[in-house]
Amino acid sequence: MKLHVRNLDFYYGHFHALKKVTLDLPERKVTAFIGPSGCGKSTLLRAINRMFELYPGQRAEGEILFNGENVLASKQDVSLIRAKIGMVFQKPTPFPMSIYENIAFGVRLFQRLTRAEMDERVEWALTKAALWREVRDKLHQSGSTLSGGQQQRLCIARAIAVKPEVLLLDEPCSALDPVSTAKIEGLIAELKRDYTVAIVTHNMQQAARVSDYTAFMYLGELVEVGDTQRIFAKPRMTSTEDYIAGRFG
Amino acid sequence: MNAVYLRRRVLNRVMMLFSYAALAFGLLWLLWILGVLAWEGAAALRLSLLTESTPPPGSDGGLGNAIVGSAMIVATGTLIGTPIGILAGTYLAEYGHRGWLAPATRFVNDVLLSAPSIVVGLFVYTICVAPVGQFSGWAGSIALSVLVIPVVVRTTDDMLRLVPNSLREAAIALGCPTWKMITMVSYRAARAGLATGVLLAVARICGETAPLLFTALNNQFWSTDMSRPMANLPVVIFQFAMSPYEDWHRLAWGGALLITLVVLAINVGVRALMRKPA
Repeated sequence: MKLHVRNLDFYYGHFHALKKVTLDLPERKVTAFIGPSGCGKSTLLRAINRMFELYPGQRAEGEILFNGENVLASKQDVSLIRAKIGMVFQKPTPFPMSIYENIAFGVRLFQRLTRAEMDERVEWALTKAALWREVRDKLHQSGSTLSGGQQQRLCIARAIAVKPEVLLLDEPCSALDPVSTAKIEGLIAELKRDYTVAIVTHNMQQAARVSDYTAFMYLGELVEVGDTQRIFAKPRMTSTEDYIAGRFG
Repeated sequence: MNAVYLRRRVLNRVMMLFSYAALAFGLLWLLWILGVLAWEGAAALRLSLLTESTPPPGSDGGLGNAIVGSAMIVATGTLIGTPIGILAGTYLAEYGHRGWLAPATRFVNDVLLSAPSIVVGLFVYTICVAPVGQFSGWAGSIALSVLVIPVVVRTTDDMLRLVPNSLREAAIALGCPTWKMITMVSYRAARAGLATGVLLAVARICGETAPLLFTALNNQFWSTDMSRPMANLPVVIFQFAMSPYEDWHRLAWGGALLITLVVLAINVGVRALMRKPA
């Protein structure tokens, strides 16, 4: 187990968005989070890397154990935790700089590499993200000149380049066309060899295709979590079954 | 054609007519001003306008000392005001999410933005000129920087707040500390807007007269000593235009045209900058 979430409560001001959520993210597996909008899937991801702290009025209670340490109470610099827990967002967010610099940016925050080492790292990350062949001749063009799907793979490459242990993907394909989506799904299957992956998705087929475990959330509660095949074939709770069957949500 | 539709069509025409009339009225004055300025100023546009210094009445001369003085005072004022303005604007947009300080600062800044420049001139006179008993270029620069700050604060704040939060989150998610996120990501994303703010501030202070009247005053001679009274275009224009001498009038027109051209050039530059995608 890479990450344990224990009795996690989350509040947006007075709104109780996550209620006593407890689950584990197994190492080198893909865990998918499904559930209707507003059920707390993204909130859970944003609690894991403490992204919520950027905003006043949001707070988390409970425990998130990462390598045995409670992330929420950690005395460690939060930047160091975030560097180990990478995140990719719904909309591609290339930084206003070149493709090369987009990757090098994160690496430079924590490591001092020589030019050659950095070139190597950039190539490695872009290759991992299945983007290298498409961009190797235009590394010094702005990242925003790429297509949406390429931009999203650039963001994944950027997240991998700092060598995190966990990758949080918050609906990474929802702004992309089917071809790009297929590429990124293939990529996720590759990535789980090295990383622990959590993916939030609205697309149930996607969850079924890419994940080993699936967690169904509803109204801030974790309704059911288990082996993906089992969840889709024989859900234990009726609300899971209804959601998967498309009867609501 | 039914009555409702006919009425609407007539109303549409009438409103359009009013709009065009208002536009024409506004443009008329603008073109009139520019026309008179170009006509009168062109007569004074000679090389000596740039090279020679302000003459006594009745002899030849130019505005060289005033141009150099203005450039120095404006440049120094911009250099003082820009960092303060950018940093304060950064605080408002990037740090001031909690508490009352940012909203209060924003309000005070808006007041300062619309403060009459003569008040700023008097203020700087009281703290920089009166105590030392000496008008100076420095005092002029300080007065102008007080005008630069609120403009830059406002544009920096506005432009940084246009940077999507998703970009900030993406940087933070990589483990990026806040200050690095601001300088490497927010500033870069907003750089055209930030530069625009500074240029607009420069355009604003180029023609300010009242604050300089109390601070830099004027100087008939070549002087690049910022601790002494210093010639500058707005005050020279003011003085020469109010004088009874024909040749001084001509120089004043020349100076006015010069300032207008500079401000126009800055504004064209700003538009070009903003059109280019960041």
